[in-house]
Amino acid sequence: MSDIGTKAQSPPTPAVRRRLPGGATASVLKRAAVTGGLVAAAIAVALIKSGSGLVVWQSVVTGLLMGGLYGLIAMGLTLIFGVLDIVNFAHGALLAIAMFIAFGVVQGTGLHPYLTLLVAVPALFLIGAAVHRGLLGGTGGASLENQLLITLGLSLLLENGLLMFFGAEPKNVALPGDFQFSLFGAVVPGARLYAFLGAVLIGAALYWMLRRTRFGTAIRAVAANRPGAELVGVNVRRVHTLTFAIGTACAGAAAVLAAPLVTVTPTLGEQFNITAFVVVVLGGMGNVAGALAGGLLIGLVEQLTTIYMGGQSSLLGVFAVFLVVLFLRPQGLFGRRA
Amino acid sequence: MTGITLTGRPGPGAGAARPAKAPPLRPQNRQLAVLAVLLLLAVPLPLVLPPAQGAVAVRILIFALMAIGWNVMSGFGGMFSFGHAAFFGLGAYTSAYLLVEHGVSPWIGMLAGMAVAAAVAVVVGFFAFRYRLKGAYFALATFAFAEMLRLVVTTTEFTGKAVGFTVPLIQGSSLWKIQFAADSPAYFWIALALAGLAALVSILFLYSRTGRYVTAIRDDELAAASLGTPVLRYKLVTVALSAAITAVAGTLYTQYYLFVNPDLAFGSSVSIQAIAAVVIGGIGTVWGPVAGAVILGSLSDVTATLLRTPPGFLDFLQGRSGLDVAVYAVLLILIVRLLPKGIVGTLAQRRRR
Repeated sequence: MSDIGTKAQSPPTPAVRRRLPGGATASVLKRAAVTGGLVAAAIAVALIKSGSGLVVWQSVVTGLLMGGLYGLIAMGLTLIFGVLDIVNFAHGALLAIAMFIAFGVVQGTGLHPYLTLLVAVPALFLIGAAVHRGLLGGTGGASLENQLLITLGLSLLLENGLLMFFGAEPKNVALPGDFQFSLFGAVVPGARLYAFLGAVLIGAALYWMLRRTRFGTAIRAVAANRPGAELVGVNVRRVHTLTFAIGTACAGAAAVLAAPLVTVTPTLGEQFNITAFVVVVLGGMGNVAGALAGGLLIGLVEQLTTIYMGGQSSLLGVFAVFLVVLFLRPQGLFGRRA
Repeated sequence: MTGITLTGRPGPGAGAARPAKAPPLRPQNRQLAVLAVLLLLAVPLPLVLPPAQGAVAVRILIFALMAIGWNVMSGFGGMFSFGHAAFFGLGAYTSAYLLVEHGVSPWIGMLAGMAVAAAVAVVVGFFAFRYRLKGAYFALATFAFAEMLRLVVTTTEFTGKAVGFTVPLIQGSSLWKIQFAADSPAYFWIALALAGLAALVSILFLYSRTGRYVTAIRDDELAAASLGTPVLRYKLVTVALSAAITAVAGTLYTQYYLFVNPDLAFGSSVSIQAIAAVVIGGIGTVWGPVAGAVILGSLSDVTATLLRTPPGFLDFLQGRSGLDVAVYAVLLILIVRLLPKGIVGTLAQRRRR
C-alpha cells in the first residue's frame, strides 16, 4: 500500500499486534477479503430486497463508476490530510470553484468541457498554493482547531461568494457528442465512464509520482518524519505548499470530470466534501490507493442504501459506514498503524 | 528562610510566561458580578429598542445560548464538537413534538429536550471516548452524527419528514405556552432569563470542583488520569451539560419562530454558527460566547439590511443571498489568523500582562 505517512492516531485497542515480514501483505489480503465478503453480503441483501437482478447490477455499475470520482476527490484531500495534517473543509468549495471555472470557460469560449482541464487544474493549483501560503501561514504550525476553522471559513466564503455572483440557479455543463451504452443490461453514460477512467489515470499518476520521483520521496519523507526530513535538507515549507497545491489541483481535475454529471450549484461542494471525508477515513489518511478503493466502496454503499431505504437516505448508509470505521478502525480499512 | 522564598509570590516574569491554568477561586465572584451587571443593563432593552432591533436581540440571545453550550464542551472540556446541531435539533424537535402532537407545555418540553439531548450526548460521548477519538477524528465523528440525525429526521414519519413542525397559534398571550404577540418584550425577557441562567451555570461549572477536573483533563489528560481522576466520568458530565444547554436554545428557537424543520434544526450551519460565535469571542472564556453572539448577531442584521437597500456601488447584490455568511466567514478567518484567542481571550491576556 502507498501509505505516505500513517499518522499517530492512538490505536483503538490496547493489544498491539507484531508485524512480521510478509505479515503486512497477508493482513491487507485478509482485510480485503473481509471487506469483499461484506460487500457481497450487502449485494445479496439488495437482491432479495429489490427482487430484480438488473436493478442491483445497475446499482453496482453506477456505484463503482461514481466511486471512482469520489476516489479522485478524496485523493487530494487524503494527500493534504496525510502530509500536512490539515482537515481541509474547503476542499468541496474549491471543487465548486473549479466547476464554475469550467462552466464559465465553456460558456465563454465554447471549448470542449474536458479541455477546460487545461485552465481549471493550473488555476486550482495556484489557488491552493496561495491559500496555503496566505491563509494557513505556509506551515502546519497552527493548532488543529484553527486550521479547521480557517478552512471552514474559507469554504463558507467561497460558497457564498459564488452564490452572490452567480446566484443559486443550477447550471449545466453539457458534453458535446455524449453517448451511452449498455454493459450486460446496465446503462452506462459515456461521461460517467470518462470520469471513472480519468480518476483511475490520475490516481495512477499520483501514485507513480509519490513512489518513483524525487519529489514524491520528499513528500513521503516530510509526512513520515518532519524534523528528520528537514535535517537531510528537504525544504519542508515548499513541500507543504506544493502538496496542498497538488491536492487542490486534484479537486480541479475531479470537478471538470464531474461537471457534465451533476447540476452545478454553489453549494454542491458540501456533499462531495462529506463523502470525500468518509472515503479518506475509510482508505486511511494519506493513502492514495486506499482513497480510490474507499471511493469505490462508498459509491457502492450509496447506491445499495438507495435500494434498501429509497432515494433520500443514500447518505445515511455512508455515514453509518463512516462511524463504524471511525470507531473500529480509525487508521482506515486499508491503512497501517503507526 | 528558604521556606519563605519557596512559597513566596512568583516574580512577574514567571506569571506572564505561563498562563495560570487552574483559575483561583476569586474570579468566580467577579464573573458573577459581571453577569449581574449585564443582566441589569439588558432587562430594560426591549422597552428602548425599536421592534426590529428587539427581534435581533432575541436572536442574539438564542445564539448566545448555543454558544455557551458549545463552549462548555469544546472550550472548557477541550472536546472539539462539530455536531452541536444534533443537540440543538433534539431540543427543538422534542419540545415541538410534545407540543404539537400532545399539547404539552414547551417548558416541560424544554426539560424533556434537555434530558434527551444529554442522554444522547452521553451515549455518543461514551463511544467516542471508549474508542479514543481525538482532535480531527472526534470533530468528524460528531459532524457525521449530527448529519445522520438530520437524515433520519428527514425520512421519519412522526417527526414530520422534511416539512417539520409548525407550532399552532393560540388566542392571546400565554406564559405557560410561551406565546405572545409578535413584538412583545416577553420573548426577550424569557430568552434573557434562560441565557443568564446558562451563563450562571457555566460560571459555576467552570469554578466548581468538577470544572477544575475538567480543565485539568483538557490540559493534560494523561497527567490527570495518572493522579486518579476518573477521566471518562468527568468528560461525560461535561458533554451532557453542554448538550442540555444547547437543547434549551433549540426549544427557544422553535417557540420564537413557531416553526422548525430538519435543516433549520440539524443542519451543519447550526453547528457552524455556534462554533463561529465562540471562536470570535474566545474559546474557553466565560464571556467569549456572549461577545461572539452579540457581534455575529448584529453583523448578520447589518448585512441583511444592507442587502435589502444596498447603496449604489453594491447594487448588483440586490436580492442576492450569501453576503451575511460571507462577511462572518471573513471575520472568522481574520480572528483566527490575527487573534487566535478570540476577542475576550486576547483582552484577558493583555490585561494579565
